[in-house]
Amino acid sequence: MAETTRPPWSRIARTLAVGFGLHLKMMTRSSFDGLLGVLWPLFFSTVAFLMFRAGAGGESLVFASFGAAVMGIWSSTSTSAGSAMQRERWHGTLELLVTAPVHFAAILLPVTVAMSALGLYSMTATLLISRFVFGVDLPFEQPFSFAVALVATVASIGAMGFLLAVSFVRYRTAWALGNLLEYPVWLIAGFLVPLTLLPGWVRPISWVLAPTWGVDAIREAASGGGPWPEIGLALGLGAVYLAIGVVVLETVLTGARRSGTVALA
Amino acid sequence: MPAVVEAIDLHRTYRTTTGTFRRRSLEVEAVRGVSFAIEEGELFGLLGPNGAGKTTTIKMLITLLIPTSGQARVLGRDVVEDAHWVRERIGYVFGGDRGLYERLSALDNLRYFAELYGVDPKRQRARIGELLELVGLEGREKERVEGYSRGMRQRLHIARGLLHDPPVIFLDEPTIGVDPVGARELRRTIAGLREAGKTVLLTTHYMFEADALCDRIAVVAKGRIVAEGTPRELKERVSDGVVVEIEVYGIEDGKVEELRSIAGVTSVAVEDRDQAQVVVVQSAAGHEPTHDVLARLDGVALGRVTTREPTLEDAYVALVTEQPVAVDG
Repeated sequence: MAETTRPPWSRIARTLAVGFGLHLKMMTRSSFDGLLGVLWPLFFSTVAFLMFRAGAGGESLVFASFGAAVMGIWSSTSTSAGSAMQRERWHGTLELLVTAPVHFAAILLPVTVAMSALGLYSMTATLLISRFVFGVDLPFEQPFSFAVALVATVASIGAMGFLLAVSFVRYRTAWALGNLLEYPVWLIAGFLVPLTLLPGWVRPISWVLAPTWGVDAIREAASGGGPWPEIGLALGLGAVYLAIGVVVLETVLTGARRSGTVALA
Repeated sequence: MPAVVEAIDLHRTYRTTTGTFRRRSLEVEAVRGVSFAIEEGELFGLLGPNGAGKTTTIKMLITLLIPTSGQARVLGRDVVEDAHWVRERIGYVFGGDRGLYERLSALDNLRYFAELYGVDPKRQRARIGELLELVGLEGREKERVEGYSRGMRQRLHIARGLLHDPPVIFLDEPTIGVDPVGARELRRTIAGLREAGKTVLLTTHYMFEADALCDRIAVVAKGRIVAEGTPRELKERVSDGVVVEIEVYGIEDGKVEELRSIAGVTSVAVEDRDQAQVVVVQSAAGHEPTHDVLARLDGVALGRVTTREPTLEDAYVALVTEQPVAVDG
């Protein structure tokens, strides 16, 4: 019954697409998660507005609004990448996924990219609240490059979530790591505060974080600048995360099979 | 013909910790040298109580756990070295509520796993339809799994395990928690797998289930195989002895040990029944232990005493309670 004629890339591409659709469907079916989806953007945009209204206003508010919007994508991915693996453990499906005859990366990646894509809703809501509740005049100078920057940001944050999730497969309590990373990245990736205000030693850390370049690209595209170098860097870093994750995953899975932590809740 | 599934002196140790401030690392030996071989088309049962090592053994065979030592082969390939090859050719079904995406429909669950198990996209729809019919879920496939009864979930599990039409199927306590009518239907489905030429490894702690379904049974206790044979052979092991059941009201462990030391006694088990306990003493052929047993129970409040012929259940209890336990190394 198992097919042998399709090329491996075609099978992996299909597995990624089916996995993405299924996980997105599953995530959108929880009314509690839906409630959070309404509350979080309100929180992000309020924080950004209150922080910057008292300051320079104008451009700062625009800067913060786009930053707050990407915060939604990052928060959705970082916090749920860990809980997703834990949820697979509780459901008892992790064992089935690990023993499926397909590379585990093709199973894991759609989960984190779906989470990242779900963050798009949060982003849209945050921008709409900024515009219509707080009256921030948001520019959209280059709609096409803005859209490309958005897709690049979602994909690279999804890849970063994938790298995090790799550790969650092996270590049962690693989900806490996702929560731990949520707030520092807000700061270090320059979502709310320009990187120039951060100490010099923090900058190299910012440079290796894909969200830094993603949010930069979105801001550049919105304001009419040239977002392409930033888009390239975000995608490049995403590809690096992906490559590291795929290589490490096999070792991690062998470790989990040796220690018996796949099945333990 | 080489065996389809082979376990060769399999061992599996888990490391666990105790204590909060002064943590101590402990090693628990879940499987201590299990060996067996299953021929093509055979339905082989691993029978044993909870914690006997059945599930750990099955998890090593399905490539989920790496054995601490020993070797396991499926269709002639090593499960550690050729894990991917083995995974393409085995199906794994376990009992209980877990292992399904509750928020999705049965159809979505099957579509997803069909993809993961590499079922040809052109064949997926037809295959899922066949399996839904096989397990009796046609017409209910668009409902969310969270609304399914345990029996329906279990049938869905079986459908999932068969999606890629594997020649070897591992069933880990598939009828656990299912009502008698549902369990009977599941057993019928399992029997159908053997008729279809599949090689099946079934774990269960129900003696009658193993008896009804299996060609051969290995009884597992405390990580070891304590008996292996056909159901008939296992029954014959206890067909000559006598079983004495004594109702008691409070019995100390020391007294139970005394009963075990009586000549001819092969096993002693204590079962709780309401406020009393029932001491079940089995003896070997040619021994009538009633008099000696009652003498050793002097001072214990006794109720009814009955003597009867042993059943298959007694054979199982004797095997899992009386096997020698080696000192941990």
